[in-house]
Amino acid sequence: MSDFQSKGQRFVALCLLGTLLFNYPILALFNVPGTVLGVPVLYVYMFVAWAALIAAMAWLAESKR
Amino acid sequence: MLHGTTIILISVAYLGVLFAIAYFADGRADAGRSVIASPYVYSLSLAVYATAWTFYGSVGRAASDGVGFLPIYIGPTLMIALWWVVLRKILRISKQNRITSLADFIASRYGKSALLGGLVTVIAVIGILPYISLQLKAVSSSFSILVQYPDIIMPSKAGTSSIREDAALWMALLLAAFTIAFGTRHLDAAEHHQGMVAAIAFESLVKLLAFLAAGAFVTFGMYDGFGDLFARASSEPRLREMMTPLEGVAGGYSNWAWLTVLSMMAIMFLPRQFQVAVVENVDEKHLTKAIWMFPLYMLAINIFVLPIAFGGLLRFPDGSVDADTFVLTLPMAEKHELLALLVFIGGLSAATGMVIVETIALSTMVCNDLVMPVLLRLRRLRLNERPDLTGLLLGIRRGAIVLILILGYLYFRLAGEAYALVSIGLISFAAVAQFAPAILGGIFWKGGTRAGALWGLSAGFGIWLYTLLLPAIARSGWLPVSLLDEGPFGIALLKPLQLFGLAGLDSISHAMIWSMIANVGAYVGVSLSASPNADEHRQASVFVDVFRHSGEAGGARFWRGTASVPELYNLLARFLGSSAADEAFEDYARARNLTWPDSALVADAELVHYVEVQLAGAIGGASARVMVASVVKEETLTIEEVRDILDEASQVVVYSHRLEQKSRELEAATAELREANERLEELDRLKDDFVSTVTHELRTPLTSIRAFTEILLDDPDVELGQRRKFLVIITKETERLTRLINQVLDLAKIESGKAEWAKTPVDMKDVIADTLTAMGQVFKEKNIEVIARVPDRVSPVIADLDRMIQVMLNLLSNAAKFCDQSRGRIEITLVEKSGTLQVDVRDNGRGISREHQVEIFSKFHQVGDKLTDKPHGSGLGLHISRQIIEHFGGRLWVDSDVGCGASFSFSVPTSAASPALAA
Repeated sequence: MSDFQSKGQRFVALCLLGTLLFNYPILALFNVPGTVLGVPVLYVYMFVAWAALIAAMAWLAESKR
Repeated sequence: MLHGTTIILISVAYLGVLFAIAYFADGRADAGRSVIASPYVYSLSLAVYATAWTFYGSVGRAASDGVGFLPIYIGPTLMIALWWVVLRKILRISKQNRITSLADFIASRYGKSALLGGLVTVIAVIGILPYISLQLKAVSSSFSILVQYPDIIMPSKAGTSSIREDAALWMALLLAAFTIAFGTRHLDAAEHHQGMVAAIAFESLVKLLAFLAAGAFVTFGMYDGFGDLFARASSEPRLREMMTPLEGVAGGYSNWAWLTVLSMMAIMFLPRQFQVAVVENVDEKHLTKAIWMFPLYMLAINIFVLPIAFGGLLRFPDGSVDADTFVLTLPMAEKHELLALLVFIGGLSAATGMVIVETIALSTMVCNDLVMPVLLRLRRLRLNERPDLTGLLLGIRRGAIVLILILGYLYFRLAGEAYALVSIGLISFAAVAQFAPAILGGIFWKGGTRAGALWGLSAGFGIWLYTLLLPAIARSGWLPVSLLDEGPFGIALLKPLQLFGLAGLDSISHAMIWSMIANVGAYVGVSLSASPNADEHRQASVFVDVFRHSGEAGGARFWRGTASVPELYNLLARFLGSSAADEAFEDYARARNLTWPDSALVADAELVHYVEVQLAGAIGGASARVMVASVVKEETLTIEEVRDILDEASQVVVYSHRLEQKSRELEAATAELREANERLEELDRLKDDFVSTVTHELRTPLTSIRAFTEILLDDPDVELGQRRKFLVIITKETERLTRLINQVLDLAKIESGKAEWAKTPVDMKDVIADTLTAMGQVFKEKNIEVIARVPDRVSPVIADLDRMIQVMLNLLSNAAKFCDQSRGRIEITLVEKSGTLQVDVRDNGRGISREHQVEIFSKFHQVGDKLTDKPHGSGLGLHISRQIIEHFGGRLWVDSDVGCGASFSFSVPTSAASPALAA
């Protein structure tokens, strides 16, 4: 049970981190002109951060602890 | 050219495939080999979230404000991160209470309130209808566009609209047939629709592949990859501005944040999401995979949204083509017939999946939480007479399905044209978001009451009606637009889109702010203003503490009354059919090692609760409660009794925790006691040894004294020389006795800590010199050579001068005793090194074997064989010396080998090195 609880707390922390990443002001840092490999910075940031968040969720969900 | 009939045939064929898959999966389920018992199918079925709105509407929104569509998918990702905490709990609660819909969940939580269940159902149906009509609209629009191939003509500009309206109607009817076939095939207490779920999972695959195919075609077929596409787009000033779209827009970040929150609620509380995530879930463990696979799906289906949007804007710069249709019109414009057809099928799968699941979820709600409670109340007597109600239940659901789809179609006909796809969907999102306070509050906060939930939902829904639905109706031309511009009766503060003067936000954020304030405020405020009744209190505990109570028996604790087994069986059989009822009773009996039907089943609280839960799966919690109450004689529990039961339970837990702790403490104390006892026994043994040794040592000189005095007493004629000799012996033995007693007393003092120690600077040079002088006579008598190596100056040590002399005398007299008898030689060395003074006393005697080197420091140990050798001392000297040296922070040890003499050494810290002792 305590393992479940600590896992739950990690997920909550992950959600808070995600909320931070996808809101003002972090979002504003990437809301600038310019491109990465030809793609606008904001779009690249969105999808990379999103993918990273999903990867972290996958890691956490599948972890044994 | 794609002929209308061809498209219709292909669409019907696609639906045929769905039928086949659902039929196959249902067959497998009946055979006990479920195809949906897989986390992958579960994750794919969750993707019913991505509807035609995602498929077509995302591009439309992206074409107007860039990344503005993303919160609708990022919000759910954030919410899914909380699933481990939130959804797991909802799943557990729903499984234990056989909850089969959102309305049932809320009604059950707040004391199985039929009124609340009805209200939730009404909100859900009104809120979701626009969303269903949006799917029909998407299908009919895409159909009417595709049918014009190779021309691209927007439906609004097409001359005849009858063909597409027909398409929507036929679509609605076909979907109703599918939903009835696989959603209401039979009545299942668990409400699992395996065939339907399998079909939905398949549809999720189809729409993902279709969208990815279109995206890849636009990005890599029409352009040279992402970089090329964005480079061309940014060469146009109008499009370049969209690349940083959050800048400069008033409330840009605020709208973004509200849209995120809204989508977080939607992923939990859309009836279809609740259906696939909770009701259709067959194994809680599937969550582990779904938590990351479903967000991954959303990421994948969104990758090409921006490229398609920019591709469309570049390809159709004049704005003649609706951005909502870019996915379809781009392949058409490039004359890719098959791709366009694939896209159409993808959009069709997105729309049908949503409609099917949504109508099943809504029909369950309408049947269990709206119609049945009313029927059971209105015509209770007549219903009770009917032996089998399964037909009635299924009939109500089928009717509800048809009705919902017809209403959806009518809404599409009447109001569907006023809005872009995205806006319609968001209106529905905002409606279901009103469930959030009652549900989330309900599973984490025991204080929420039925009245609180009723008021919260009503207030939130009211604001939603006023700020979102009313403007939508007005824009469709059914109400005067002046209502929006000037407010009702010209009161500007009540303008639906700028309520109380709140301006600068988009309509959704605006509605969310006011409805959430009203909803949460009323829910919390009303809940706090009155205490819950017994039913609410009981259900609050069942929901909030779901992980604390084990099994389905959790609710049985709260029931008291009398019932009969046949009546309970008949009740279940009426609603589930006799075969399902038999199965349920068999399961129940088997779990208790009994048999059904001829068994000793007792109609106790557990069985009554079991039947109620089974029934709840079929007709909803509120109705189940009414029905069970009609066949059993129930004692109503007062709020105090419910509280007592809850308190008892929690007190038992507390007591058992305390007991465990007490027993742990006791164990620890016992172990300590045992250890102390062992130590005491050891000390006792040592004391006994000590006493016996001391008496033995005392008796030896006493015996000899007594023997000689008796001789002198008995024989007065002993000659003078002899008499003198005897007297010398007696004196010596007396001295030995005295010395022994002194040493024993000394030792006792030291060991009890009562000895008085002087602490003065002592010069070890002087100590050595003094003892050598004192021992001079002895050395001379024994003809012993003494060599002392002493430096000119040494640091003083802090010690007791007399005690140090005692130690030195002990070592020297030992050396004198044990050195070579004829050519004795003793070396004394004093060295100062690194803060200590070390004194070595080396003799050239026979040495001490290793095994004796430890023993010689213990009490009464005498070197040599006790039988043959005469004792040379008390055996306490070295022991006392060591105690003295250790008292002053030093140590005393011996270095020796047999035949090489012995070297006794001690070291004490100098005064500079032991400031603590100096103080």
